[in-house]
Amino acid sequence: MAIGLTHYLVLGAILFSLGLYSVLTRRNAIAILMGVELILNGANINYVAFSHFSTGGLDGQIYAIFVIMLAAAEAAIGLAIVLAIFQIFHTIDVGAVETLKE
Amino acid sequence: MEVATVLFYLIAAVTVGSAAMVAFSRNIIYSAFSLLGTFAGVAGIYVFLGADFVAGVQVLIYVGGILVLVLFAVMLTHRITDVQITNRAVGRLPALVAVGILLFLLVQSIRETPWRKAKEIVYAPTTAQIGDLFLQSYLLPFELASLVLLAALIGAVLISRKELKE
Repeated sequence: MAIGLTHYLVLGAILFSLGLYSVLTRRNAIAILMGVELILNGANINYVAFSHFSTGGLDGQIYAIFVIMLAAAEAAIGLAIVLAIFQIFHTIDVGAVETLKE
Repeated sequence: MEVATVLFYLIAAVTVGSAAMVAFSRNIIYSAFSLLGTFAGVAGIYVFLGADFVAGVQVLIYVGGILVLVLFAVMLTHRITDVQITNRAVGRLPALVAVGILLFLLVQSIRETPWRKAKEIVYAPTTAQIGDLFLQSYLLPFELASLVLLAALIGAVLISRKELKE
């Protein structure tokens, strides 16, 4: 069976599921952010696969680039927040962080 | 089997294996380094899809930027002397069941849907066309993206700096 659209969509679905599992179970804030990155990568594979196999244009790739750009912004802000939480609470376990201020 | 098919399955296996490591590893440092395999594997998948520019961007931003940022954060917040289990996970079984059911449904619907097919599948350089699209049809989102990045930059600096206590 030749490699077609289905293979790429299944790959994206697997990445999405693994990312969702990370987000659901992890208690470490950085590990949750890693799960979000996996989800974004799975979504990007879908965008590029559809643009290659279904529409034939480049619009899907443009969207993928925008998602990558927003992922970079999200990682910078998210990790800065994690570092700020670590400075205040001396842990990044999301179960232990219960207040918004010191 | 063709060489390309074997190569695809190899890259997909690396991607999924590393992603599983990210999701299941008990050590946060192993998780962080496994992200490298996932990001590089996804870049390879983009090459298979004829998206050369996106593959390059993936390597530059994910592998070169986000991964290094994640590693920095892990090293800065990780106490080496602490216990081995740095990447605690709770509620594994219910989450596994729920995610498994979701994945099953997703794969089922992917296989049953009659997806639209393009008239022809082209493998051509994309960079010049992407540049044209960014400066024509997608000019407003492109400019907004620069504003978002500037705001994110300032926000990250503002949040992570040390408060001056008087």
